[in-house]
Amino acid sequence: MRRTLAFLPIMIAAVLGGFLYWGLASGRDPSLIPSVLISQPVPAFELPAIEGVDSPGLSQADVQNAGEITVVNVFASWCVPCRAEHKVLTRMQADQGFKLVGINYKDKPANAAKWLDELGNPYAAIGSDESGRSGLEWGISGVPETFIVDAGGVIRHREVGPVIGDGQRRFQEALDAL
Amino acid sequence: MKRFLTLVMLILAVPVWAVEPDEVLDDPVLEERARIISADVRCVVCQNEPIDTSHAGVARDLRLLIRERLVAGDTDQEVFDYLVARYGDYVLFRPPFKPSTYALWIAPFALIGIGGISVGYVLMRKPKRKALELSAADEAEIDRLLKDDK
Repeated sequence: MRRTLAFLPIMIAAVLGGFLYWGLASGRDPSLIPSVLISQPVPAFELPAIEGVDSPGLSQADVQNAGEITVVNVFASWCVPCRAEHKVLTRMQADQGFKLVGINYKDKPANAAKWLDELGNPYAAIGSDESGRSGLEWGISGVPETFIVDAGGVIRHREVGPVIGDGQRRFQEALDAL
Repeated sequence: MKRFLTLVMLILAVPVWAVEPDEVLDDPVLEERARIISADVRCVVCQNEPIDTSHAGVARDLRLLIRERLVAGDTDQEVFDYLVARYGDYVLFRPPFKPSTYALWIAPFALIGIGGISVGYVLMRKPKRKALELSAADEAEIDRLLKDDK
């Protein structure tokens, strides 16, 4: 019994050390908050169109009843990574044919219109969320964030950060899984 | 004196006010509830700060959201539930006690318990040594030596 007890401190240290090593080496990002909206229906929101932009506004019904895979991209003209992912999303939408809609988060309509003129408008509809209140319904903590909603109106994936590089890989995997 | 004043100034500069005048509700009771709730909600951007003191844009939005729900008549618990439904348990500074967090809550007490039991076991194990018994001659010798030392 004494022998076992003598080993106890080092066993506890080894177990604890194992966990700590896993935390450091596994590459997980502890600041990433898991989305609680996965497997939930689309949240309630209703947004008008951006003034000066052709695309119609966006509401819960539009996304829920789309009947096809819908990608909801939260973006803003003041967001630098959004520029980078814009090209990628445009190409993905052209190649794969899902419905791409946008939420313009905390942006002045004039700036958004200019940004879309400059970079192109791949969105079927864009909701203008000037106050950011609808963003809270989606549980976003910043821009860009992109959600994949399946044909049944259930949220299946949330990508925090631009859909480029690793983010694009994860995003594509999630799309392929549907 | 100058040093003392500098120190006082630095200490007075510490409090961080993030709640802006245009957020404050008219009803002081509701506003007080809002501040208390905000102190328990984690800012999802600067994640170790409550939204009450965070200057992030999302923090302000969440503060406004809390006030909106309070004005609409929600209880404190309903406001927390509303936030958790959108952001998850992570947004609370007090993790709820449920199966996925049992390990988190119980581990500190378990470790203290294990430590306490180990210490107790080690202490209880050794029998007390019997005091050496000295013969009368030895006692006299000791007394003599002690007197000499003085």
